[in-house]
This record gives sequence, structure tokens and C-alpha cells, in this order.
Amino acid sequence: MTLRRREVVNELLRDRGELLVIAGLGSTAWDITAAGDSPLSFPMWGAMGQAAMMGLGLALAQPKRPVLVITGDGEMLMGLGSLATIGVQAPANLTVVVIDNERYGETGMQRTHTADGVDLAAIATACKFKRTITVTNDVAPVREMIYRSGGPNFAAVKVADEKLPLVLPPHDGVLLKARFRRALLGESADVLPEER
Amino acid sequence: MQPDWSAEVHRELVAAGVRVVGYVPDAGHKRLIELCQADTNMRAVPLTTEEEGIGLAAGAWLGGEKTVLLMQSSGVGNLVNVLGMVKVCRFPLLLVVTMRGEPGEFNPWQVPMGQTTARVLETMGVAVRQAGEAQTVAPHVHTALRLAFEANGAEAVLIAQRVIGIKSFQEQRNQ
Repeated sequence: MTLRRREVVNELLRDRGELLVIAGLGSTAWDITAAGDSPLSFPMWGAMGQAAMMGLGLALAQPKRPVLVITGDGEMLMGLGSLATIGVQAPANLTVVVIDNERYGETGMQRTHTADGVDLAAIATACKFKRTITVTNDVAPVREMIYRSGGPNFAAVKVADEKLPLVLPPHDGVLLKARFRRALLGESADVLPEER
Repeated sequence: MQPDWSAEVHRELVAAGVRVVGYVPDAGHKRLIELCQADTNMRAVPLTTEEEGIGLAAGAWLGGEKTVLLMQSSGVGNLVNVLGMVKVCRFPLLLVVTMRGEPGEFNPWQVPMGQTTARVLETMGVAVRQAGEAQTVAPHVHTALRLAFEANGAEAVLIAQRVIGIKSFQEQRNQ
């Protein structure tokens, strides 16, 4: 039974607790919004290739919180070097999940490199990720990775190449940034430090 | 005696509470990178390409930490598209850039990017401060830190090649 992306993302974000989420541009940003918009989710509308690095920065700044990067195969392919950078920093609280439909979903469903056999989980293994997995029918091991630490973890989740209705998050970047920081850091996020 | 701009910049980063330093190495940044690596309150993060630094800095800021990025001028060319995120989200940004491709450069392939570094940054909305002398580097960094982290500014300090020294092929070979 082929996995469907919205069901997968719903399951990964169910009862998310302390989880902080970065979503790569395009379909995964719509997926996390369909699962329920949250100030502690940062959906990207651009900067293709940078979702995993956003997750690394956040994971280093918030070592006690689990951090999930949820992105597409095309977005991940544009930032493969970031897997090497994450492997070297080795944040235990970071999980990167690629929702892999083997297509560029926003531009006409052209095939990505993963459609021709490029193995993202194997690349993550080679980049020293602690645990890596490719799943095709059961996301329970991915959920376990996200919420149990022991990272950096990487999962490729193979899903159907379906086009779904857009579910759009707020688009104002300043709002997305400010609401995330306020929800995470409290009112101190909005004021300058008194000491210089 | 030249002022030790690397140590002065490191002191500025400490005073501003910078905890993450992303870098792609450059010979001109060698000492500053080493100072940041040796600082137990800082996380020095080597990057495979300068572009990664933008994601790193933005993510760390979402989490409440300040990041500064070190790179050479050629690396500025790798940043262009992702600087769009800095602009649209008004993420704080400070790039400390060592220049190549200026008069005296031994490698002609460094020249095109070196000649356009400031214009590329300004075109993408990053304010540029040119440090032409060793003693002006730290004051520029001081100002840029304030603007970046207190006014959500996107700032770059360009350190002239004559400040870091211009190497010949022979000197490179002997390094």
C-alpha cells in the first residue's frame, strides 16, 4: 500500500509536544499546514536547499528541544552538502525527514534524481548520521526517531506522486519569524537586551 | 606594528554574545577561525558552501542565538538566491568577508567576483562596510553587529586584500 504524503505528515506531527518544525519550500510546507498551522512551525517559501541547515541552526540553539526538518526530495538534493555539515556537528536532537515522491511537484512533476535511484538515506549514512532509514509502507520507525532523540537521524519516506489541493501557511516572512521566536522564547524575543 | 584585527573582531563577537560562527575557510580568516574554535562559548561550524551559512544563521536566530559568518569574496557569489530569505524575513545577518581579486591578486580567476562583491551584496539588500585598514575592521564589525542584531540589519564587512596580505604563487607554495 503506497504511502500518501498528507497522511504521513499528519502522523509524524500528531501530539507533537515540544517539537520544533522547519518545512522546505513547496509541497512539504503545504503538508505541515494541512496538518495544522502552528507558530512553532516555520514553513519556507524560498531559499531552496536550506531547510536542513535551518534545522541545524535551530537544533544547535535549542539543544533540549527535538527539531524536525520535513522537506521534499528536490529541496534536499539542492542542499546535499548540508548533510555533511550536519554529520560533523552531530546534533542529537535533529531529525531530517524527506517526503520523497521522486518528483518536482511545484513545477510540473518532473522526475528528480531519486526517481533514477539516487539513495538519500545512503548519502546521510555516508555523512555520519547516527540513524538512517528509507520507508515505503510504515512510518512508525520515523516517528520513533523524531521523538526519541539519539540523532542526527535521517528518513526518506517514499510516497505517491499525487498533486493535492494547496493548503497555504502565512506568507509574510517577518510574521513567520516573529511568531516562532515569540512562541519559543517568550516576550524577551521582542525586546533589546538592557546591558551593552 | 599592525593591529591584530582578528583578536579585536573576536572580542567584538564575544561582547555581542555571538555563539555560532559559520565559516568557509580563507587564508585571511585563519587566525579568527582559530580564535573562534578555541572559544568554548562559541560553536564554530565549517560549511561546505557559504550558502549553508544563511540557513544556519536563520535557524539559530529562530532558536534565540546569534550567528556570524566568515567567508572570502568569491563565496559571496554562492549566497545570492538565499539572501532573498534574509530580506523577506528580515533575519539579522553579519558577513565578515576577506577580499580576493583586488589589485595585486595573483590568481586571475578571483578577479571577476572580487570586483563585484560589494555590488552583488548591495543589489541583494546587504549593507556593505569597507575596511581598508587593519584598525578599521573591528569598529566596522562593532557597528554592523549592533545594526544586525538590534535592527534586523543585513550587514557585511569587507576586509581589503591589502589588510590580509597579498600572496604570490611562490609564497602560496611555501605555506
